[in-house]
Amino acid sequence: MSPDKAVEISGLSYVYPDGQCGLKDVDLTVYCGESVALIGPNGAGKSTLLLHLNGIIRGNTAIHVLGLPVIDKNIREIRKKVGMVFQDPEDQLFSLNVFEDVAFGPVNMGFTQEEIDRRVKQSLQKVGMQGYEKRSSHHLSIGEKKRVAIATVLSLDPELLALDEPTGSLDPRGKWALIELLRSLPVTKVIASHDLDMVASLCQRVVILDKGKIVADGKADQILGDKILLAEHGLAVPVAGDAPASSVCDSHSQTQ
Amino acid sequence: MHRLDPRTKLICSLAFVLAVVLTPAGTWNVFVVYLLILLGLIWLSRLPIKYVLKRSLVIFPFVVMIAIFVPFFKQGQVAARYDIGAWHIAITYEGLAVLINVIVKSWLCILCLIILSSSTKFEELMHGMHRLKVPQVFVQITSFMYRYMFVLADQAMRMQMARDSRNFGLNRRNIFKTMGNMIGMLFIRSYERAERIYAAMLSRGYNGEIIVVNQLRFRLPDAYFALSMALLLICPAIMWW
Repeated sequence: MSPDKAVEISGLSYVYPDGQCGLKDVDLTVYCGESVALIGPNGAGKSTLLLHLNGIIRGNTAIHVLGLPVIDKNIREIRKKVGMVFQDPEDQLFSLNVFEDVAFGPVNMGFTQEEIDRRVKQSLQKVGMQGYEKRSSHHLSIGEKKRVAIATVLSLDPELLALDEPTGSLDPRGKWALIELLRSLPVTKVIASHDLDMVASLCQRVVILDKGKIVADGKADQILGDKILLAEHGLAVPVAGDAPASSVCDSHSQTQ
Repeated sequence: MHRLDPRTKLICSLAFVLAVVLTPAGTWNVFVVYLLILLGLIWLSRLPIKYVLKRSLVIFPFVVMIAIFVPFFKQGQVAARYDIGAWHIAITYEGLAVLINVIVKSWLCILCLIILSSSTKFEELMHGMHRLKVPQVFVQITSFMYRYMFVLADQAMRMQMARDSRNFGLNRRNIFKTMGNMIGMLFIRSYERAERIYAAMLSRGYNGEIIVVNQLRFRLPDAYFALSMALLLICPAIMWW
């Protein structure tokens, strides 16, 4: 595997514990420096695929992340290099204050006290949340929570960011501020979303996932320009007289 | 008070509670001394006294529920007797004494804990417990409970609103049924959330042990405080010896 590939997955399938099919024969290669959007309707398997990237879920085939196979021996190194940002910041911010949350990764990696302080300060600065160290996480607004959630993975200096619905439940202003923030981070990104505004302004490449299968993979403007393809997978306004109006709502609501 | 090391405060509170519990029943002047100590602490920590007293009322329903039957069962001199059909119910003076003692003691203890919790930040309390070698599982469960109490309450409230907006005069039985469903749903959601939190922890290098960065330090005021508390608590002990 060449070093310029950030993620290399081939023939990955995953079945949920209840027997439901999660992923089916997924091939995906992400190159270093790319921003790839993973779009698809609710329940398409986007989050499941993301969780494979740092070995929270292990697949049936070998996955290589940043040149390392995802196996027990490498798991610590991989989790340090892959920053996983979950959809609900409430899940990501489990400590009693912001400092402890952002410091959680560095502390687990066994850094010194000075190094931890430096990293916390730096990552909070990157997301524009400096001075919030002593605030308790549950008192922040949803936009602030999203930012701190990103800071909690930046504190490990990740080389790959895996983001699940980063703009979910944000208002337009919060959304665009977050998009600018993500743009300012110079790392490889894999973003699972169905927010096409963000995808268009942030990603060069788009992968459509539907019912656990990759159905399209190509340049962003090409795929986002293909209204029929998008409508087929519940990602855009259905072509007139083609589908019931309810699918319009699907593309705006969140995945669970 | 607010600047003291949480460990000092935890140990002193524990000592105070122990002293109260170990004091023999009916030694009223000793209880007065305890109350004076607490009032002094409230004054020292600049807590509004009304707020502390109001919060301390919370304990009464629990205590009363547990201890209310004691006067009926304790053997001794009868204070009042009722005959309801075939039942003969008697209240004894000894039983009443026990009831009052239980109430006074638990009230003193809860006052002490309220002072502790209102003069200490929750995360400091957790740090203190950790440094005092309280089992980690216990500290973690407590801190997760505190963190997600609000999230859970929020969720419950949203579910309640969703129920109320679709509720058109249900009868009592159906209300209990929906309530049961809601509690079950809340449990499942919490369970799923716990799994996601665990995944988020793993993603940041968690391997079964929470490492706490030590930011606590004993200072001179801690020594003064602990010493004076010890002296104050010895006084009542001498009084009833």
